[in-house]
Amino acid sequence: MVIPNSLSLIDIPVGDSARVVNILTIGANRRRLLDLGLVPGSRVEVIRRSPAGNPTAYLIKGTLIALRNEDARQILVDTN
Amino acid sequence: MIKTASLPVHGQEATKNFVIALAGNPNVGKSTVFNRLTGLKQHTGNWPGKTVTRAEGTFFHRNRHYTLVDLPGTYSLHASSTDEQVARDFICFARPDLTLVVCDATCLERNLNLVLQILEITDRVVLCVNLMDEAKRKGFRVDIDMLTHKLGIPVVGTAARSGRGLSRLKNVLDDMVAGKIVTTPQQVVYDPELETSINEIAKRLTPYLPDWINSRWAALRLLERDYSVLDHITDNKNKNYSPRILKKEVALCLQ
Ligand SMILES: Nc1nc2c(ncn2[C@@H]2O[C@H](COP(=O)(O)OP(=O)(O)OP(=O)(O)O)[C@@H](O)[C@H]2O)c(=O)[nH]1
Ligand SMILES: [Mg+2]
Repeated sequence: MVIPNSLSLIDIPVGDSARVVNILTIGANRRRLLDLGLVPGSRVEVIRRSPAGNPTAYLIKGTLIALRNEDARQILVDTN
Repeated sequence: MIKTASLPVHGQEATKNFVIALAGNPNVGKSTVFNRLTGLKQHTGNWPGKTVTRAEGTFFHRNRHYTLVDLPGTYSLHASSTDEQVARDFICFARPDLTLVVCDATCLERNLNLVLQILEITDRVVLCVNLMDEAKRKGFRVDIDMLTHKLGIPVVGTAARSGRGLSRLKNVLDDMVAGKIVTTPQQVVYDPELETSINEIAKRLTPYLPDWINSRWAALRLLERDYSVLDHITDNKNKNYSPRILKKEVALCLQ
């Protein structure tokens, strides 16, 4: 499912934060992202991108977590 | 959680060795707690992933022998990495006498996910809320009594690096194995449709599962299409058991 014009975590610039709205993957990968704390409603702050641009480090529920951009793209967010 | 009167100590208990699994998120002080309890020098460090495989140590307290097994830190028990698999297999299938979960007082919300997952597997759980000194320094107040009440298991606050709370923790572990504490673990309730499937599958699984495997937990794993659970069930009580039969039973439920 692709929602047009919706923001994903990958679109958020370093230093900004956003709130998780939904995760687009299913199955074990969805479960893994949820277990990392990416549950709808959670606030995520973009801390830094690695020199190669992938992965990116995020602050999620008090812990720094590195996510691959492929995963970050699946996480829909809003910036409110 | 209910405290009962002291039960008589059976003769065999003096020689029995009680196995305690030590679980928790990465970098919350599990190895520090392990070292404090066993007097060993398991490597600790201020970055996650220090404990790669499990380490074992022993201690003696109030006339009982304990073996403590330090598991790798994980955020979940869904067996999607080697670390998660090691931790999960030990808690689920090695049948420890109890599981001690260590969590970080400064980020409880993150840590409680794993606690709830472990409570789906077993009710023999003690929670150690570590890094209480850090929480205090950051101005957090952690309500241990409320956590105890809400989770239905014993909860002990510690600052393992300085050793604070560790003797109380030992006494609580001992009260648990002595049967002086009966837990009433908080269970996650899923939406009604899912609950119906869980109950149906659990009911069908029960005749095939050994007594010590929680059928609700097994049903949840099968609903996630995680069939690896079935491979571990070998010393079963039902002669007709085979993973194939179980998968068929589950398939029937999912129709
Ligand atoms: N301030 C404070 N620091 C602690 C406490 N407990 C542990 N630490 C420190 O936290 C860091 C991590 O501790 P470890 O015991 O290695 O954590 P772990 O959970 O075994 O880590 P992994 O094996 O990587 O999952 C170390 O620097 C410890 O000295 C505590 O209660 N208070
Ligand atoms: Mg460790």
